[in-house]
Amino acid sequence: MSLLQIAEPGDSTAPHEHRIAVGIDLGTTNSLVATVRNGIPVVLNDHEGHSLLPSMVRYLRDGRVQVGFPAQAQLARDPRNTVVSVKRFMGRGLKDVAHIENCPYDFVDQPGILKIRTAAGVKSPVEASAEILRVLRARAEEALIGKSGGALAGAVVTVPAYFDEAQREATRDAARLAGLNVLRLLNEPTAAAIAYGLDNAAEGIYAVYDLGGGTFDISILRLSRGVFEVMATNGDAALGGDDFDQRLFCALAERRGLSMLSPEDTRSLLTKSREAKELLTSQTEVCITARLAAGEAVELTVTQEDFWDLTRNLVAKTLAPTRKALRDAHLDVSDVKGVVMVGGATRMPHVQQAVGGLFRQTPLNNLDPDKVVALGAAIQANVLAGNRHAGEDWLLLDVIPLSLGIETMGGLVERVLPRNSTIPTARAQEFTTFRDGQTAMSIHVVQGERELVSDCRSLARFELRGIPPMAAGAARIRVTFQVDADGLLSVAAREASTGVESAVTVKPSYGLDDGQIAQMLKDSIEHAQEDVRLRALQEQRVEGERMIEATESALRDDADLLAAEELAAIRAAIEALRRLVGGDDHRQIKAQVDRLNRITEPFAGRRMDRIIKGALTGRNVAALGQ
Amino acid sequence: MAISLTERAAKRVAEFLGKRGKGVGLRLGVRTTGCSGLAYKLEYADTINPDDQLFESHGVKVIIDPKSLAYMDGTELDFAREGLNEGFKFNNPNVKDQCGCGESFNV
Repeated sequence: MSLLQIAEPGDSTAPHEHRIAVGIDLGTTNSLVATVRNGIPVVLNDHEGHSLLPSMVRYLRDGRVQVGFPAQAQLARDPRNTVVSVKRFMGRGLKDVAHIENCPYDFVDQPGILKIRTAAGVKSPVEASAEILRVLRARAEEALIGKSGGALAGAVVTVPAYFDEAQREATRDAARLAGLNVLRLLNEPTAAAIAYGLDNAAEGIYAVYDLGGGTFDISILRLSRGVFEVMATNGDAALGGDDFDQRLFCALAERRGLSMLSPEDTRSLLTKSREAKELLTSQTEVCITARLAAGEAVELTVTQEDFWDLTRNLVAKTLAPTRKALRDAHLDVSDVKGVVMVGGATRMPHVQQAVGGLFRQTPLNNLDPDKVVALGAAIQANVLAGNRHAGEDWLLLDVIPLSLGIETMGGLVERVLPRNSTIPTARAQEFTTFRDGQTAMSIHVVQGERELVSDCRSLARFELRGIPPMAAGAARIRVTFQVDADGLLSVAAREASTGVESAVTVKPSYGLDDGQIAQMLKDSIEHAQEDVRLRALQEQRVEGERMIEATESALRDDADLLAAEELAAIRAAIEALRRLVGGDDHRQIKAQVDRLNRITEPFAGRRMDRIIKGALTGRNVAALGQ
Repeated sequence: MAISLTERAAKRVAEFLGKRGKGVGLRLGVRTTGCSGLAYKLEYADTINPDDQLFESHGVKVIIDPKSLAYMDGTELDFAREGLNEGFKFNNPNVKDQCGCGESFNV
């Protein structure tokens, strides 16, 4: 006999038709599974009543796999075969991972992909994550389906907002490997906003401050009438609660003069450091005691104040991206109606204080910061599985992380879609030809914040052919950028008079990881001044070349209009300009362009007379009057 | 004619209604569907219709339409746990046979 749940009025499904869906928070430190039961989102516990599953996987020699608490229990004894914080390795290569020297694993580095050699063979982060997901799936099936048979309709799995395509794809693969039907990958801060937004039905601007085990994300969201719009995101993909443990561990090693620790000792002291950190949330002082493998006893008393001092700059590291996200959203702290705290690390009082101080308000934390993401994912999964009446579904808007634009003459970037534009979005801009009679145009789509193409990332190139021959600057080519709800970019170019068209579709985030995005943003700030100078130089170079080309073309046709000394002066001015264009002083180029303009003025006048005369020749007055 | 809840069922319903934040009680009913002909309806109630029958059990209002009551008279709703699974169970004396899963039944 199956056990029934209470439905919303009018929502009772026919027997066997209720679709069971779950939300999974696949975390760096802990993972959870939640569902909507009796209309209420709940986290599902294991038989011992634990809601958190430590994201740890231990591979044994006989091929068995331990996940969660059993793996954690053996961590100090078998660190090489016990994979922790595997999320940091998802879709990454060796060089991408911070503090990798402190990881006790035997890494196998394949190009762009990292694997770990364990007692049970070489394992990829995807496989290890799938083990965690398999345990959560079994827990959900037992709790929701029981003996009545059937299967989960699907799962919503959350990922950090900063995860790139490779990391998202790895997460999706892990879920598939665990036999889950992935309904959607959902950004963690958005999931948290769903959990809070719907439960409290509060409208306005919210900041979601998510300090998890290994990642920090700040998101600025606007909630209005059930629509969640992500206005800006920022963060640090290599900063989290684990780093606080690391700081404490380093202080311990330094103050007690420990060096050359074995992997077992490192792991055991890191565990002690984490326990001490958690205790320091409610205690003012804690004593760390440990015994090293060699038998040596280690003891250190740490006060809350001491710990706060050790980790103050880690907290500060979260505030810079927070301010930047606000700036990107064109908002001031006073616009923010509430701050949602997510992630176990936000329990630390000095984190709460720092965030409260920045936003000048007490952060919201009435939902468990460890569970809020899973609860939001469960609500989303319930909607996607179809267990909700029509008209109640809502949109989730996202943003593009870096500006999109095209290359113009001289290797300059013309931005078409600025960074943090909400998607879906479309925008068109008009461009023109550079040369007389130009019949084709090469369109180079780039992504980045810098002024020069060479400093941005190239996404795609395509050509627009069949432009009718016209004078330079006469053709009107409309280039449209469109980014759909899934983040897919399509760029189309259309010549106005003939309607010839050409288009290309690209994935804007392709191949760009969060490190690269962060670096590109950093570069754009650091090089802003230099970029302005380079842009001016490029513009003057283009102008200079255009001037040389135009003058030479005029000389080819009409040099006979000039006296010998006039011709010599123009030729000399062209040569001088040509030399300056090769240099890097944009002011000198501009001065010379102006000079060439001045001395060719009489020549241009005479040419104009000749063209008008030529146009009139052979026509009678009557024809002209028509 | 009566419908009742066990004490633990009533406790859970009251708890869920509280978390849900609205609702006047629990609506029970039957619909003609499923592999054995009839299926239970178990919903939160936000409104009470004029011809609805009302019962109160351990402080929880139980609402049922008169047609359904004919099939469900004497039913007791229980809350049960089976391992990690938990949910509500109908103990309906009118049922002659039901499908294997118990979601639909015959009278």
